[in-house]
Amino acid sequence: MTQFTTFIKKEFYHVLRDRKTLLILFGMPVVQILIFGFALTNEVKNSKIVIVDEAKDEASTEIIGKIEASRYFEIEKVVANRQQIETAFKEGKVKAAILFPANFSKDLQHQNKAQVQIIADATDPNNATALTNYLSSIVQDYQSELNQPQAVPYRIIPETRMLYNPQLKGAHNFVPGVMAMVLMLVCVMMTAISIVKEKETGTMEVLLVSPFKPVLVILSKAIPYLILSLFNVASILLLSVFVLDLPINGSLLLLLAESTLFIITCLTLGIFISIKTESQQTAMLISLMGMLLPTMLFSGFMFPIENMPMPLQVISNIIPAKWYYIIVKAVMIKGLGFEAIWKETLILLGITLFLFAISLKSFKIRLA
Amino acid sequence: MKTHSNEREISIRANQLTKQYGDFIAANAISFEVYQGEIFGFLGANGAGKTTAMRMLCGLSTPSSGSATIAGFDVYKQTEQIKENIGYMSQKFSLYEDLTVLENIRFYGGIYGLSRNELKEKSAALIDRLGLQGEAHKLVASLPLGWKQKLAFSVAVLHQPRIVFLDEPTGGVDPVTRRQFWDLIYQAAEQGVTIFVTTHYMDEAEYCNRISIMVDGRIAALDTPHNLKQQFQVGSMDEVFYHLAREAKRIES
Repeated sequence: MTQFTTFIKKEFYHVLRDRKTLLILFGMPVVQILIFGFALTNEVKNSKIVIVDEAKDEASTEIIGKIEASRYFEIEKVVANRQQIETAFKEGKVKAAILFPANFSKDLQHQNKAQVQIIADATDPNNATALTNYLSSIVQDYQSELNQPQAVPYRIIPETRMLYNPQLKGAHNFVPGVMAMVLMLVCVMMTAISIVKEKETGTMEVLLVSPFKPVLVILSKAIPYLILSLFNVASILLLSVFVLDLPINGSLLLLLAESTLFIITCLTLGIFISIKTESQQTAMLISLMGMLLPTMLFSGFMFPIENMPMPLQVISNIIPAKWYYIIVKAVMIKGLGFEAIWKETLILLGITLFLFAISLKSFKIRLA
Repeated sequence: MKTHSNEREISIRANQLTKQYGDFIAANAISFEVYQGEIFGFLGANGAGKTTAMRMLCGLSTPSSGSATIAGFDVYKQTEQIKENIGYMSQKFSLYEDLTVLENIRFYGGIYGLSRNELKEKSAALIDRLGLQGEAHKLVASLPLGWKQKLAFSVAVLHQPRIVFLDEPTGGVDPVTRRQFWDLIYQAAEQGVTIFVTTHYMDEAEYCNRISIMVDGRIAALDTPHNLKQQFQVGSMDEVFYHLAREAKRIES
């Protein structure tokens, strides 16, 4: 046991003395959370809009008031005629425009029908669609207010509820994704590199000649990274709760337990890579290209798996991060318990055991 | 420390030791004996099978056939006991550059199961002996090559093994430093430690009590440097080695 602690102590020296590694270890989660949280957001917020109010009547004023109150829009300017719309778009700041023709209220009252034009800058199609949807719904909102006193038969009013994420916050989606990515990167790459490094410097040979058991060499390499990764999980969770206002709805203990399982999966993957490779560069490349890229593509965090062609959907099943991502979303955001995620947990456990078995096998072959 | 009460006590015994990888016979029926406290040189061109033989003797790989005992322990069944009784130093010096001198000593002592008190005592004695008092808390990376090498050797014998295996321990070191390093080896041998050393330097071969030269997986010659020179009627070990090695059929790998 003292041998074991001696070894783990040594591993901590390695990590703590290597500034670059430390920076990656502890800086990366923070930077990723901040980047995804504030820079890479696909939420539509405070989009600049131009309003052309040729009507200047009761109805148009009321709708404009609603637009102004909405957090999606920020009124850049209110102009009197439609010629100015194009100039505003060309300046590039304005993302949408809404035009109320003259006699807007009158038409509405006398003909029971009035037109309003919505124009959006569709150089970014997703953004344009979102903006026009928001604007239409504001107009519809006003319309249903108008209709309330009258009894109109046969009306279907869809009542939309955004479950688990009523404010449609992007953080709900990316925090679990960032967790999967950071753990993948830290555990797989760092473990693989640290073991391969011992091979490169020749210290591995000395360790194998010593009475210290080879399996213990590998295990004591993994343990420091398990501890450091738990720190990472904690820091990501703290950031998401206190900086991004994303509460943990489910059991924290369950979340930590599942994270530990995923960390172990990643560690065995890192160990497997280290057994198969001879240089730090190879280990790093394989970890990055072979692990990180599939994690981003197939975990469902950036691209929905349901929309992928069948073969890719099948491939996604062997990506451990996919299952962890599902688990974290279920526990953290939906607040579900273990009964909802036992299947995913079992799959993750299966992948881990499989990786562990083949690592152990190839490690023994290497020694013979 | 072990005393050399009996000079002829056998420390390593290899009998028809063979390692075969598919059709390739890396070590072909090698037999030799090394005595306790002896400095035994293990020579051979690259690819001659030195490393394979040494790995079998260290308990790192299982022989295909033949037998061997290291410090009285069997290489098939008693690898654990073998590992406890040998020390090993590789050509890369195998120290951790980002650990201090003291931390390296404590780490290697620690994985050999030395107790806290033993470690404290031994590391202090070792640092004194090497004259590294001022460097004990400096990173190994900052030490000159010669010192790293001496430290690596001292660390390899810290747990008082009966045999120490040195795999090309002086690679890339200048002759003066090499000479100083050999003083350490002599000291250890005088205390009864068996030294099993592989080298490419023929001047080092002269320092050994006996040497064996491997060619194509076999032991082509084995005797004292003096006798070998007489046997081949040449003036230096260089010529003995050249004489044997040029008959090699294996292409250097």
